[in-house]
Amino acid sequence: MRAGELAERVRARVPDVTVARGEVTAVVDRTRLLAELAGLRDDGDLAFDFLSSVTATDWPGRVPRYWVSYELSSTLHRHRLRVKVGIAEDDARLPSVTALFPTADWHERETFDLYGIVFDGHPNLTRILLPDDWEGHPLRKTEELGGVNTRYKGAFVPPVDRRTT
Amino acid sequence: MSGSPAIRDLEPDGSGELRQETMVINMGPQHPSTHGVLRLLLELDGENVVSCRPIVGYLHTGIEKNCEYRTWQQGIAYVTRADYLSPFFNELGYCLAAERLLGIEAPPRAQVLRVLFCEMNRIASHLVWLATTGLELGAISMMLYGFREREIVLDIFEAATGLRMNHSYFRIGGVIMDLPPDGPTKIRELLRLMPGRIGEYERILSQNPIWIERNRGIGTLSADRALALGVTGPMLRAAGPARDVRKDEPYCGYETYEFDVPTATEGDCYARYAVRIEEMKQSLWIVEQCLDRLAEPGPVMVEDPKLRWPAQLEVGPDGIGNSPAYVRHIMEESMEALIHHFKMVTEGISVPAGEVYQPVESPRGELGYYLVSDGGNRPYRVKIRDPSFVNLQAVPSMLEGALVADVIAVIASVDPVMGGVDR
Repeated sequence: MRAGELAERVRARVPDVTVARGEVTAVVDRTRLLAELAGLRDDGDLAFDFLSSVTATDWPGRVPRYWVSYELSSTLHRHRLRVKVGIAEDDARLPSVTALFPTADWHERETFDLYGIVFDGHPNLTRILLPDDWEGHPLRKTEELGGVNTRYKGAFVPPVDRRTT
Repeated sequence: MSGSPAIRDLEPDGSGELRQETMVINMGPQHPSTHGVLRLLLELDGENVVSCRPIVGYLHTGIEKNCEYRTWQQGIAYVTRADYLSPFFNELGYCLAAERLLGIEAPPRAQVLRVLFCEMNRIASHLVWLATTGLELGAISMMLYGFREREIVLDIFEAATGLRMNHSYFRIGGVIMDLPPDGPTKIRELLRLMPGRIGEYERILSQNPIWIERNRGIGTLSADRALALGVTGPMLRAAGPARDVRKDEPYCGYETYEFDVPTATEGDCYARYAVRIEEMKQSLWIVEQCLDRLAEPGPVMVEDPKLRWPAQLEVGPDGIGNSPAYVRHIMEESMEALIHHFKMVTEGISVPAGEVYQPVESPRGELGYYLVSDGGNRPYRVKIRDPSFVNLQAVPSMLEGALVADVIAVIASVDPVMGGVDR
């Protein structure tokens, strides 16, 4: 199925669908996320039954600040869809999709670890890549990068975003 | 940690001895059989595995964050180090995604070279898998043979890119340079040698009673469960589904190559072995087709001077570097060329805003690159969907009712590369 045709089919379920660079993206509301994903999975013509990846992007100063994206594909029809949910800075929570897609377990833990987004209903939402006692969520754009103290003449190498050369 | 009630709840058997408690034991993160720094928290009842929890993150290097602070071209040198046994696939996924954001396509010859190097990389990666798995299951000679043949492939990589691993050979818009003059001869030699060697491996292992005993019926994962857990690559194909990105969503012209997607139905460790052996043969077939196509000369990088890497590189005795002729050109002959070089190297290229998800079929499964650009000269977000990371999630499921010795076989059959898992 071509991207335009697929977008039409998806639009019957989710109104906010865009096509860019041959990829179809559907934007859903947080409260509708589980229902829409279940619908997209169980609809025979769409059959988005495989979740490749869950991740987030951080846009400080914008509303909503975070976008969480789900890369779906269909093992039957071999087409792809991205589902995105925008969430606010002061309420960075989403329902967990682990009940629909067991593979989301580690993806959601990673997104929590790196962005601090909480997935309600996740069976074991702990850090996965960083140590348990790490403070902060390093893939947030507002996270301090830190510099390096060198042993040579007390020099300090500033963080990469504050270097002038 | 949940235990198995069937074992735990047994009453004392009347002999007056109480059942011993289960033992919780850490396997890793430095255990030699865990392929790098993977830690497994095992709960054991004697030799039986009651539960298993994989713990990852010991090799986290912040590649995704690093990429956000480098130019688009520099990102290649970072992502190639993620899954270090399949560097070309990382470069390919990243470059294809960036090219789609830019709306460009690499010239045909560059695409053939990309397919050629990826398939040789698949062979090298599967050889490491075969070698380490052989070592862990007691077939020590397999370890020697596997690394011996991998060396031939790495020699070709070194001759073409200057490096044995982490090549940064694929660039946005093509590949950095053409094959060296003796490249095709070396690859033909590999093609002549490998079929016999793969036959040798099969003669050593396929009918070997110990190999069969250690692998058949071990770590079984059904197709349904594998799909639910997001498992891809040889692990999934060993359970039935012929899911392969090269066939389902072809890139680099894979739809024009002839090859089969090997599958099995058992879904156990032996089936994964059989699938990977068959994949090496298919890769050899694709390499052969690539060589035929390379007979036609052509550019290996897009022509647009605003996109292509400015330098002319050469493989010297100490690796890859700027060719003396090019250095003379920018340092002595042309001020404009020097300015252009300086701008392209320090500032890099700007990529139109947008987002793409580009999957490629790595030796371990679907390797996805989700790139987001805000229109600047650095990626806004680089997300690597590494297949090892996802496949490792299936380990507890495969170890239900297993023995301790099976843990080694199961981990080996997943073929996890922690550089990719932890990124």
